[in-house]
Amino acid sequence: MFTVMRTGLLAAALIASTALTASAEVVYHRGNTADPETLDQHKTSTIYEANVLRDLYEGLTTANAKGETVPGVAESWMISDDGLVYTFKLRADAKWSNGDPVTAGDFVYSLQRIMNPETGAKYANILFPIKNAEKVNKSEAKTEELGVKAIDDHTLEITLEAPTPYFIDLLAHQTGLPVHPASVEKYGAEFVKPENIVSNGAFVLKEFVPNSHIKVTKNENFHDAADVKIDTVMFYPTEDRGAALRRFQAGEIHSNNDAPVEQVKFMRETLGDQFRVAPYLGTYYYALNHKDEALSNPDVRQALSMAVDREFLAEEIWGGTMVPGYSMVPPGIGNYGEPAYADYKDLSQIDREEKAADLLKAAGFGADHPLKLELRYNTSENHKNTAVAIADMWKPLGVEVSLVNTDTATHYALLRDKGDFDVARAGWIGDYSDPQNFLFLVESDNPGFNYANYNNPDYDKLMDEAAATTDLEKRASILKHAEEIFMRDLPFLPLLYYGSISLVSSKLHGWEDNLQNIHPSRYMSIAQ
Amino acid sequence: MARYILGRLLSAIPTLFLIVTISFFLIRIAPGGPFDLERPLEAKVMENLARIYQLDKPLWQQYLLYLKSLASGDFGPSFYFRDFTINELFAEGLPISIQLGSSALVLALIVGGAMGVLAALRQNRPADYSIMAAATIGVTIPNFVVAPLLTLLLGVWLGWLPVGGWNNGAARNMILPIVTLALPQIAVVARLTRGSMIEALRSNHVRTARAYGLSGYSVVVVHALRGALLPVVSYLGPAAAALLTGSVVVETIFGIPGIGRYFVQGALNRDYTLVMGTVVVVAVFVIVFNLIVDLVYALLDPRVRYD
Repeated sequence: MFTVMRTGLLAAALIASTALTASAEVVYHRGNTADPETLDQHKTSTIYEANVLRDLYEGLTTANAKGETVPGVAESWMISDDGLVYTFKLRADAKWSNGDPVTAGDFVYSLQRIMNPETGAKYANILFPIKNAEKVNKSEAKTEELGVKAIDDHTLEITLEAPTPYFIDLLAHQTGLPVHPASVEKYGAEFVKPENIVSNGAFVLKEFVPNSHIKVTKNENFHDAADVKIDTVMFYPTEDRGAALRRFQAGEIHSNNDAPVEQVKFMRETLGDQFRVAPYLGTYYYALNHKDEALSNPDVRQALSMAVDREFLAEEIWGGTMVPGYSMVPPGIGNYGEPAYADYKDLSQIDREEKAADLLKAAGFGADHPLKLELRYNTSENHKNTAVAIADMWKPLGVEVSLVNTDTATHYALLRDKGDFDVARAGWIGDYSDPQNFLFLVESDNPGFNYANYNNPDYDKLMDEAAATTDLEKRASILKHAEEIFMRDLPFLPLLYYGSISLVSSKLHGWEDNLQNIHPSRYMSIAQ
Repeated sequence: MARYILGRLLSAIPTLFLIVTISFFLIRIAPGGPFDLERPLEAKVMENLARIYQLDKPLWQQYLLYLKSLASGDFGPSFYFRDFTINELFAEGLPISIQLGSSALVLALIVGGAMGVLAALRQNRPADYSIMAAATIGVTIPNFVVAPLLTLLLGVWLGWLPVGGWNNGAARNMILPIVTLALPQIAVVARLTRGSMIEALRSNHVRTARAYGLSGYSVVVVHALRGALLPVVSYLGPAAAALLTGSVVVETIFGIPGIGRYFVQGALNRDYTLVMGTVVVVAVFVIVFNLIVDLVYALLDPRVRYD
């Protein structure tokens, strides 16, 4: 029997540390990209919403300071031999902020709620590995048929559609966070208001003033409250990155999860270690429309990819905050090993360009018969700079690029509606650390994300095969094979791996750079 | 007078109606909708969201529903700030924008007015030239340059004032935003006052007042300035409407929760109700301030009567 047993040892160890500083209130001023659309965890989808929700709630599993998945409300779990049934043992001391115990029934209620199509949960599909989840979400099954069952108050059983090695990581995502059933029943959509909200995380919501701040304060009922050193976290929406930098310099915020890329040199010089760049679980890419006549030729796609000087993009355009990307799956990801890199990764740029020119020439394109492409990107200074640079790199091959810029909503609406385009910018940040979360984007039955209209039965078959494989090593090699096909066919042209950029004050302790860029406030402290 | 005001307010209703109608349909022409994200939604979820927000109904029906709720003073739910109604957002943000805008307006009127009068009295002398040079700079440098410069100087380097944040309306947090908002207005008011003041000082009634031997103060303030303020007032009407409804740039740079940002956020997020709400609020302010301007005219110019 394949069993995973993990116990939370943290709680018992540090009860004595409460009486350290009883004096002044410790306030953590935290810059956070933008205001959440909502604090209803089931209706959210963005990273900046996750940053706030992670402080307010605790899922069955949760993230530690390094972003690794660790036991949360569930103190241990068992997985059946076939990898389909997970039995979670919930910790006895898990409480809601009003003192109610957190029970298995709360999780049943919450998972049913997010799958219920009436909820309008934007990101419900991430939990489709749960048995019948997709059917419930599409009104093809009743919510009670969802594969989630409370055996007793402290035992929860979740049944899956197929073995899913990343399922434990998935539960730490914001969509897996529980709601307090009694509050949702009583207040409906208003349960998120500060006066109504009941949460089970390290902090509770006190104020939410759009465009100003979100104030959360320590939850004394949290099972690990003794270990939480911050009394209050103030989240500020920092849409203007330049302004955020100035606030940081003036000491008004302790951290910000972004920084003006155009000032990288200045920040490195003046802020030293307080300016941080870390590898991030994301890929910046261009989707190539396979329905386009010229782009349906794989040699043309390969040529376009080879001709891009990724080192230049990473260093000159992005100031070293991005890493040259030669695969769709970023390196360092869990359950995988080394990604399947493009075979020209180790060639010099000059050799690549030469090869690219030959390929395009063979495909019938050149100076006298130029390949005309329309490159679309959403508004951003650096998306523009990247597009201009790439157009310039393609020019010597006889590629004429016309740039089309639209705002984000227009850009993605066009891609979603399968509008007419040749090349379009996009990016993907992994929701969990598993190659499946990158490679599923171009499965042929995933029209929403498969901007390229890529359709390769071999690829689909490998993805299905991987989904049914429990042995992690075997699964990794199947997925790697799929990525090799990806890199041969290039539905997307991977350009860069994202880096996470942060400003972190030297007074703020406990912020550990990690691939998922997850930084729960409960592990931080502030030196006075 | 009361009849006149009532008439003006009544005539504003068709104007507002027209503005609401045009904006309602214009915003719907923009491609994409409020739920178009980088991550596309399941068709079923999209359908449910559309139903919850009544976007599944035919456009004309949505329009009638919107008019109906608007008539009862309800701006509807926000599509982006899903935990708030538009009324809640405005209740929080509008007083803040009004507070900042009116302070900036008063500052502009006092400082700009004084500078203009001084320049007019010292016409073509160094004081005049330096005031007008400063005013030209004030008009030409945009606030997205002024604001970062001010915060760098007074916030980051000297550490006298906070760089950003509202801090529940603490006076320290208001100074820089007010100054940033007021600077271009000061410049315009100074230029307008100077121009009309020079004209007024040359006019017959002022010459007559001088000939009667009235004191310099009385001539300048009572006789010349009163008439000279007319162009300033007609400028300030629309300017006040714009100032009191917030500034995107100033609110974004200083992190202020006013309603100025909602215009841009609403448009970019296709938050239809938020866009409509801001349009209505701005329209009401413009209408009201134009009325106020006309009433102030009657006070300043004895020839204007609304009986």
